[in-house]
Amino acid sequence: MIVAEQKPIDELIRSLEGFKKIVIASCGTCVTVCMSGGEKEALAVQGLLEANAKEKGQDISVSVVDLKRQCDDEFIDDLEAELLDGDVVLSMACGVGVQFLAGKYADKVVLPGLNTTFYGAAKELGYWTELCAGCGNCLLERTGGICPIARCSKSIFNGPCGGSQNAKCEIDSEIDCAWQLIYDKLTAMGRLDTLLEIHEIRDWSTSRDGGPRHLRKDDVNLDDAGK
Amino acid sequence: METEKSNLQKMLEAGEFAITAEIGPPMSADGETVREKARELKGNVDAVNVTDNQTSIVRMSSIGASCLAQSEGVECVMQMVMRDRNRIALQSDLLGAWAMGLKNLLVLSGDHQSFGNHPGSKNVYDVDSIQFLQAVTNLQENGVFIGGSKCKAPPHFFLGSTTNPFADPEPLQLIRLEKKINAGAKFIQTQCVYDLERFERFMEKVRERGLHERAYIMAGIFVNKSLKSIQMTQQVAGMSVPDSYVKRFEEAEDKQAEGVEIAVELVKKLRTVKGIKGIHIMAVGWEEIVSTVIRQAGFLPRPVV
Ligand code: SF4
Ligand code: SF4
Repeated sequence: MIVAEQKPIDELIRSLEGFKKIVIASCGTCVTVCMSGGEKEALAVQGLLEANAKEKGQDISVSVVDLKRQCDDEFIDDLEAELLDGDVVLSMACGVGVQFLAGKYADKVVLPGLNTTFYGAAKELGYWTELCAGCGNCLLERTGGICPIARCSKSIFNGPCGGSQNAKCEIDSEIDCAWQLIYDKLTAMGRLDTLLEIHEIRDWSTSRDGGPRHLRKDDVNLDDAGK
Repeated sequence: METEKSNLQKMLEAGEFAITAEIGPPMSADGETVREKARELKGNVDAVNVTDNQTSIVRMSSIGASCLAQSEGVECVMQMVMRDRNRIALQSDLLGAWAMGLKNLLVLSGDHQSFGNHPGSKNVYDVDSIQFLQAVTNLQENGVFIGGSKCKAPPHFFLGSTTNPFADPEPLQLIRLEKKINAGAKFIQTQCVYDLERFERFMEKVRERGLHERAYIMAGIFVNKSLKSIQMTQQVAGMSVPDSYVKRFEEAEDKQAEGVEIAVELVKKLRTVKGIKGIHIMAVGWEEIVSTVIRQAGFLPRPVV
């Protein structure tokens, strides 16, 4: 899933300065699961904004609109009236959701409430780690299901570097060395010999480096899309 | 194209025990400091590595500083890390460096930028060091760039890389060394050795794989100046410094003399390890001591090949 974290409340207060009627839009998918932009978090931000305004003697109103999924017309249109009933939308979706709303409503001010950070999963309760970088050409079949692009600090394909020590990465003792993990997994699978092959230079054009990406499926019709 | 081999290559091929040192370029555009360091080493080493923005701190470029040092009569080993340049910039610099008369190239991953003075910089790693070694070999031997186009007059660097016998997982570091040699590395400089026992074990495995016969392996040593400096060395990721050396610094009255003595001692021991063809001496922040270590270890005068 997409993992994101809330922007500091002071930053939100600054960016919302001057707006009187604020609508916070939460999102019910990834950011709800990672507890950063779901309805619960949106209500908490609402409370903080109201308290701040009260303290400063400002007269504002803050409402929350809980969208099931903020990057899909289908889930937005039903709640459109409430969503547009203010002079600003504070989107608590990932960067995709923010842009989806900003693009959908040409004259609407839509501000980001989160910092979208990575594609990852919870390793333990309340702790998420990055697992994929969306490179556009998955190579996990060669590395025991551990991604060196996203999980090695230097994205090394023929690792590890000389800084791997005690299974940790040289840059931070909280980060596992991806190549230690790959080594362990391939050892367990009895496939260590495959590591002697030199992993060839990569074509990054499938990644963000090749320009903004797009995907078209010509055979998709309305029935398939379930509409 | 017939080109003269580098001095380092000739020394190693002639079976001479080679000595290299290291110059860290200044954090300024002052070329005189590089020239001065080069003059101090002239005649005492077979070649000198010039680091590439070591520890991710912005310094004079390795190419620029290497050219300055060579103009003082000291052959250089240009270092190239994979952190800062994509394949276009890396290959372009190879061409320029060769045209400027540099003949030795050392390819390495490089420290992550978070260690240095520009932690907010972009992390490039377009290619990794093994991929780049392979690409340089392909360019030099077949005249083909990474992208597939032809290079009419390719460079002919004496190509090297590094190995860290103290990094984990050890079996994979060995595999990686073998991959570097398969990719075309002709000489290998090791991470600084303090932990002789672990190093001996590593070299035994290197010999089992016959790697010492496929590349010239030079053992690295570090000359520490003070108790603080050895304590810092001990903290570096991928280093193994037995406590006994720290203790020697604690107890020594003249710390600098102790540093030299330890270095000379290590050099003498490493020289006898089977498969070691030379020594690479690093003395970051104390470069002027290198010639003393070389002299005391009995490596002067340097043979001429
Ligand atoms: S190889 Fe690419 S697609 Fe596969 S996990 Fe890594 S970044 Fe994601
Ligand atoms: S220590 Fe491991 S994860 Fe960190 S940069 Fe080196 S190889 Fe990658």
